Amino acid sequence: MAILVIAEHDNQSLKAGTLNTVTAAGKVGGEVHLLVAGHNCGAVADAAKAVAGVAKVLVADSAQYAHGLAENLAALVVDLAKNYSHVLSPAGTSGKNFLPRVAALLDVAQISDIVAVESADTFVRPVYAGNVLATVQSVDSIKVITVRTTAFEAAALGGSANVDSIGAAAEAQLSSFISQELTKSDRPELGAAKVIVSGGRALGSEEQFKAIIEPLADKLGAAVGASRAAVDAGYAPNDYQVGQTGKVVAPQLYVAVGISGAIQHLAGMKDSKVIVAINKDEEAPIFQVADYGIVGDLFTVVPELIQALGNN
Amino acid sequence: MKVLVAVKRVVDYNVKVRVKADGTGVDIANVKMSMNPFDEIAVEEAVRLKEAGKVSEVVAVSLGVKQCEETLRTALAMGADRAIHVETDAELQPLAVAKLLKAVAEKEQPQLMILGKQAIDDDANQTGQMVAALLGWGQGTFASKVDLAAETVDVTREVDGGLETVKLRLPAVVTTDLRLNEPRYVKLPNIMAAKKKPLDKLTVEALGVDVTPRLKTLKVAEPAKRSAGIKVANAAELVAKLKNEAKVL
Repeated sequence: MAILVIAEHDNQSLKAGTLNTVTAAGKVGGEVHLLVAGHNCGAVADAAKAVAGVAKVLVADSAQYAHGLAENLAALVVDLAKNYSHVLSPAGTSGKNFLPRVAALLDVAQISDIVAVESADTFVRPVYAGNVLATVQSVDSIKVITVRTTAFEAAALGGSANVDSIGAAAEAQLSSFISQELTKSDRPELGAAKVIVSGGRALGSEEQFKAIIEPLADKLGAAVGASRAAVDAGYAPNDYQVGQTGKVVAPQLYVAVGISGAIQHLAGMKDSKVIVAINKDEEAPIFQVADYGIVGDLFTVVPELIQALGNN
Repeated sequence: MKVLVAVKRVVDYNVKVRVKADGTGVDIANVKMSMNPFDEIAVEEAVRLKEAGKVSEVVAVSLGVKQCEETLRTALAMGADRAIHVETDAELQPLAVAKLLKAVAEKEQPQLMILGKQAIDDDANQTGQMVAALLGWGQGTFASKVDLAAETVDVTREVDGGLETVKLRLPAVVTTDLRLNEPRYVKLPNIMAAKKKPLDKLTVEALGVDVTPRLKTLKVAEPAKRSAGIKVANAAELVAKLKNEAKVL
C-alpha cells in the first residue's frame, strides 16, 4: 500500500521538515504520495513535485485550507487515508494539531514524534523528555505518525512527480481563523538551521537578550533560540523556545548562552553535533552535555567571542 | 456554563526516570508523582474563568489507578467544584483516554473542556485533539490566551512561527501551553476544604469503552549518553577549537 505524507507549508513555500518526513516515509517502504492542502498554493505544489522519492502530489486548493484549520484538514485527510497504509506528517505545531484528530476519526492510535523506523509497523519514539527511547509496534490497520524531522535526513530535490488536483471535503464549520502574529526574522528557520545561538534567563532583560544574542547570531549566520525561562520572562517570543515541549533542534553547532540546562531544555537540543556552553556557574548541568564550555560572565565572553570570530 | 478539566497523574517533572534493567519499562516505583504541569495550567484557567463569572461549575476528571484521587484532590484544592475518577489499573493510551473522556462529557454535557497539551511522561500530545474529534467539537490547541464568550471561544495559539488566533463554536476543546497562566500555590485551608468536596467514581465498564492498547511497547532503552567535553579558557581558544578540532566554522 502507498504512504501519504502531509506537506507542511504556508501556501507559498514548502517547509523544510516535509523533506525529512518524506525520507522517513521512504524507510517504511512503499509508494510515497505528498498531499498539499492549502489555498492558492500552486508554488508549494511545484516545490512538492520536485521532491525525490515522491511518486504523486495531491493538491487540494480551497479557501477552507488557507490557514490549516485542524477540523477541516482532518476531514480531508480522513477521506484519503483509507487508501493508504501509513499517514505521516512532520511533528511541527501543524501536524501535532490536526493529525491526532485524523487518528481518532480513523479509530487508530497515533505514533508521535518517531525518531527511527524499525519496520512497517514498529517505530522508535522518545518519552520522558527524551530520557527514554521506546520501541513500539502498532496493531492498527493504518499507521498515523508524526515525525521528529531532525532524526531523518532531508530528501533530495530533482524529482518530477505527477500532480493531481483533488476536491475539498465538506467544511467542518467548527472553527475560523481570526489573526496571526508571526515573528519576523531574516535569520534561518530554527528547526532547519545549521547553527543556533540560544539565550537563557541570565540575559536579564529583553533588551540585553537582543544586544548580546543577536550580534553573535548574525556573526555566525545562526538562528536564535531561547530557554523556557527566557521566554516565560518575556525576553524572547514563544516560537524561540527550544525544549521538551517547544522546538526540538539538532544543528551542527548549538551555542547555549546563560542557560543552566534543565532536562526539559536538554531534551530539545542534546542531539546537536557540537554544543558550546557559556555560563558563569561552573556546576551548571549544561556543561555535562557541552563539547566546549567557557566558565565566565556572558556579558564579557560573548563580545570577546564576536571579536575572535571577526579575526578569522 | 460548565467546564470539564482532565488531569493526569505523572512522574514529577523534577524526577529523572530510569529504565528497568530488563528493558520492559520505566521504573516508577517509589518516585514522586504529581499532576501533569500542563494540566495544572488547565485547572488554573478553568478556575479563573469561574472567578471571572464566565463559568458556573468546574469539574475535574482523572482516569487511572486509585492514587489519581490525590491528583483530583489537588485540582479540588485549586478551586474545582467536584471531581470524577474513572478508576482502572489498565494501561490507558491516548485514544482510550479520549474515548473515556468523550463518555464522561456525554454524561456531564460541558460547554468547554480544557486539557494540558501534552503529558510529560509519554509526551504524546494527542488526547485533546482526539476527544475533540470524537465529540465532533472544534479545538484550540497550545493555548496562550482564552477569551470565552457565551457561544464562542477565541483561542490564541502558540505555533511554530509565532501566535495564531482562532474562533471556535462552543462546545469546544482547549489544550494549554506554558504561557496561558501561572498556576496558584495551594494553601493549607484549601487542601482541607478540598477533602469535603464530592469525588465520584466511575468505571471503564460502566462507560462502555474498549481500552485495549493499540501500541505494544517492545522495549525501552536509554539513549546514547553525551559525554561532557572540555572547558576552554577564553573566546579565542574556543574559536580555534571550533575551527580546527570540531570543524564547524
